Amino acid sequence: MTDITITVNGRQITATVEPRLLLVEFLRGTLLLTGTHVGCDTSQCGACTVLLDGRSVKACTMLAVQADGQRVTTIEGVAAADGTLHPMQHAFREHHGLQCGFCTPGMVMSALALVDRHRGEPLTETVIRNELEGNLCRCTGYQGIVKSIAAGAKAMGAKATGASVGGAP
Amino acid sequence: MYAFAYQRPNTLKEAQAAFYAGEDASYLAGGQTLIPTLKQRLRQPSVVVDLGAIAALKGITASNGAVSIGAAVCHADVAAAPEIRKLIPALAQLASQIGDPQVRNRGTLGGSIANNDPASDYPAALVGLGATVRTTARDLAADEFFTGMFETALAAGELVVSVSFPALRRAAYLKFRNPASRYAIVGVMVAENARGIRVAVTGAGPVVFRIPEMEAALAKEFSIGAIQNICIAPDALNADIHATAAYRAHLIGVMAERAVAMIA
Repeated sequence: MTDITITVNGRQITATVEPRLLLVEFLRGTLLLTGTHVGCDTSQCGACTVLLDGRSVKACTMLAVQADGQRVTTIEGVAAADGTLHPMQHAFREHHGLQCGFCTPGMVMSALALVDRHRGEPLTETVIRNELEGNLCRCTGYQGIVKSIAAGAKAMGAKATGASVGGAP
Repeated sequence: MYAFAYQRPNTLKEAQAAFYAGEDASYLAGGQTLIPTLKQRLRQPSVVVDLGAIAALKGITASNGAVSIGAAVCHADVAAAPEIRKLIPALAQLASQIGDPQVRNRGTLGGSIANNDPASDYPAALVGLGATVRTTARDLAADEFFTGMFETALAAGELVVSVSFPALRRAAYLKFRNPASRYAIVGVMVAENARGIRVAVTGAGPVVFRIPEMEAALAKEFSIGAIQNICIAPDALNADIHATAAYRAHLIGVMAERAVAMIA
């Protein structure tokens, strides 16, 4: 067993875990933060995406012990304390960025990371689509998701060139 | 995943001591290959030695046009580093095409080359750009480092510390990628530095290799025409559901020509 201290959604958490425990298992099973999903469990679908010190990672492809001393943000840490949705979450609702919703937590976390990474440069549809390589959606065909991210980025103050996004059905 | 003991040393010495103390120990870098392998129970190390806290493996330094990259630097940082984008843009571009953003935020240069997946991108960069691999024991030319499919010259317990890339004149990396995995079906690095021209190929064979015939032709005349008629024999190339050996052989020529066109 290994002692770890991780700051999850702003709250410092100390725990003793088995080294083989995955970060996603720690979040879902130990902390009961079940918003982070396990889709494929093979590092491909991105439903388990969380932010580790502000950068997107797949929580199914990381041990909880590897996050020791770092900050983890999950989908539960995105909205305001009073429940007001984050502009990116709001954009997903507004622009039909989800159908079944299973991939959505990962999509939103990847979206936040990509907006952060491209601060100060135009966020084109091509960039958004390319940056979503690590997130799979099996419902929407991505149009709504790309549109949502462009709109969410704009609402967050990024230079999104989202006007042209999502024209095709 | 089978149970294992876990250590997170702060120095290279401690890491190696932990490795040698354990029976069937395994180093853990970014974990983007090792953790899926452990999850599938394809490996059962008694101890996992996490390299994530070792300062000596981090950082990027540049001097006189040459760039040295710590083994624990992740692909996203190679892709974004201003000194790499300026001095070896083809390397930054190559790193930006590995896997997906989440994988690039975790996967490391050292972990990737120590694993030496035949379809990975970095071997083409190291061999093509004439890099030197600094390990805990020695300096190895990239040509000597990659020895076979998933095999390297590293001895048990030996660690990659950093990789040094010499000053570059021009280079381009062209990858025909598997659309699902983003691994290279064929990737070709064409590069020129003070010591000459190199053409290195990944994804096509069991291990990265150079094409001396193309290198000689490009040294005489750096143009698409110079290599257009060079045929690659498919005999020793990989064949799988994604591409036949003959298709890969053809792709090598196409990727090499496109790379030359970018920098001619």
